[in-house]
Amino acid sequence: MFTNNKNSIFPGFGLSLGYTLVYLSIIVLVPLSAVVLKTTSLSLPSFIAAVTTPRVLASFQLSFGMALLAGLINLFFGLLLAWALVRYTFFGKNVVDALIDLPFALPTAVTGIALAALYSKNGWIGKQLEPLGINIAFTPWGILVALIFIGLPFVVRTVQPILEEIELELEEAAASLGASRWQSFTKVVLPILLPALLTGFALAFARAVGEYGSVIFIAGNIPMVSEITPLIIITKLEQYDYAGATAIALVMLIISLLLLLAINGLQAWSAKQTGRTRQ
Amino acid sequence: MSLTTRFERSAATSEPALIKALILCLSLSFFGVFLLLPLLSVFTEALHKGVIYYFNAITEPDTWSAMQLTLLAAAIAVPLNLIFGVAASWAITKFDFVGKHLLITLIDLPFSVSPVIAGLIFVLVFGAQGWFGSWFLDNDLQIIFAVPGIVLATIFVTFPFVARELIPLMEAQGREEEEAAAVLGANGWQTFWYVTLPNIKWGLLYGVILCNARAMGEFGAVSVVSGHIRGYTNTIPLQVEILYNEYNYVAAFAVASLLALLALLTLIAKSYVEWRLKKETNAPSAIEGTI
Repeated sequence: MFTNNKNSIFPGFGLSLGYTLVYLSIIVLVPLSAVVLKTTSLSLPSFIAAVTTPRVLASFQLSFGMALLAGLINLFFGLLLAWALVRYTFFGKNVVDALIDLPFALPTAVTGIALAALYSKNGWIGKQLEPLGINIAFTPWGILVALIFIGLPFVVRTVQPILEEIELELEEAAASLGASRWQSFTKVVLPILLPALLTGFALAFARAVGEYGSVIFIAGNIPMVSEITPLIIITKLEQYDYAGATAIALVMLIISLLLLLAINGLQAWSAKQTGRTRQ
Repeated sequence: MSLTTRFERSAATSEPALIKALILCLSLSFFGVFLLLPLLSVFTEALHKGVIYYFNAITEPDTWSAMQLTLLAAAIAVPLNLIFGVAASWAITKFDFVGKHLLITLIDLPFSVSPVIAGLIFVLVFGAQGWFGSWFLDNDLQIIFAVPGIVLATIFVTFPFVARELIPLMEAQGREEEEAAAVLGANGWQTFWYVTLPNIKWGLLYGVILCNARAMGEFGAVSVVSGHIRGYTNTIPLQVEILYNEYNYVAAFAVASLLALLALLTLIAKSYVEWRLKKETNAPSAIEGTI
């Protein structure tokens, strides 16, 4: 299995791989397997019953629906932002570029209370929307706002490097062959960006489905209306319903794993298309 | 450096002025409303009742002990994940073995697990009803609702950061320089210390900066395992939540503003390191500049 390393001139294969596997097992694999093993304490019918109560189903619909919607909105505006950052010159561009990563750096609890303050009735944005009869805070739309915030950098940061590497000549060739600007965008640029766009979308979606901190302060957390799945897990834990909490967690873990596989596939496809190595 | 991008200099790659203005306007308004406003509101809410109130809020004893715990958790999690990141990327990029792709996927796993589930798994393993719970109870060791649980959850959520940065970087740099060092008689540590480390130092720092920001700011996972015991198991983000839920908004935002400042410092450090990384990879030879 490891034969070709016998002749390797580097030392430390056993040590570094051994350490990697032991540490990975202790921190990640063993604790995660607890979810699977704990769920086996439930019979199949009671497992299905635990993850299909109306309240849990409503939370799945909400968490996945809002994550999808936020992902689509970020797909559009993320592409626009990446486009502006790569192709245009404007005042403050470096600052905007650096601040795109803010959602990665800002703790989610801070995001949560800031959004709740902004969109509540006396907040800067809430105050403007109130007379129009639009309420964002403490409704499902608050969840959407929070998920847009945390998902945006995923799309911008996967699209931006690909956009930067596109050869000018491709679009010049398209233009000289008579393509309009719109045609050369949809027929030349967009197909190149497609894998990156999908990867960014999938990353943002995966993050949004499990998001907790930035959502709970603004969501209002009304059962059946604005209660996200991670919050149900916490509620069940607080009621010492460990098996119920774990059953829901297992469903979410399986979905995350499928998403992770999809993202890896997309990245491999993207790498193949653009000749870049995985980043 | 020219002030325009290469795309703006060719008619084939620039849009009509109206479209360009529309794209800029739309994208920057979106950026302003969804990213910039929340950041600004943290600081204005925090200073809402004046500077004295602000300083009183952030020097409160519970806030101080929360800071100490946050620093402790980061001081344990970051070095451990740093050592792991170096070991993992050395094994993955310097050797060939079966299952490498699976290993890389598994290393990324904590990123795709919901923070709440990250907390839950440690409750399942170490909680009173967990696998090792009774053993720890018998020996008077508390993991969950205590400091060790917070540290474990922090290590889990920051697990991939360093490895993720190093693996692609070391992959791109190849093995030639280390092979040359080995041929010239360097032993393993010398090769790592004098050849590999200088080549990866900026990538390493980049991973550490991101790892640290997440370690100090993690909320969901830590919230599940902490038990919210004031002055004992509260980190800064949890202290923000407690103050906020007590309707002590100004104090909550004051403490939150410390985290927001940390985030801004992180972004500045990150931009600097990115600039260094770019400079280094554009340099004709990676060896020349570093020895």
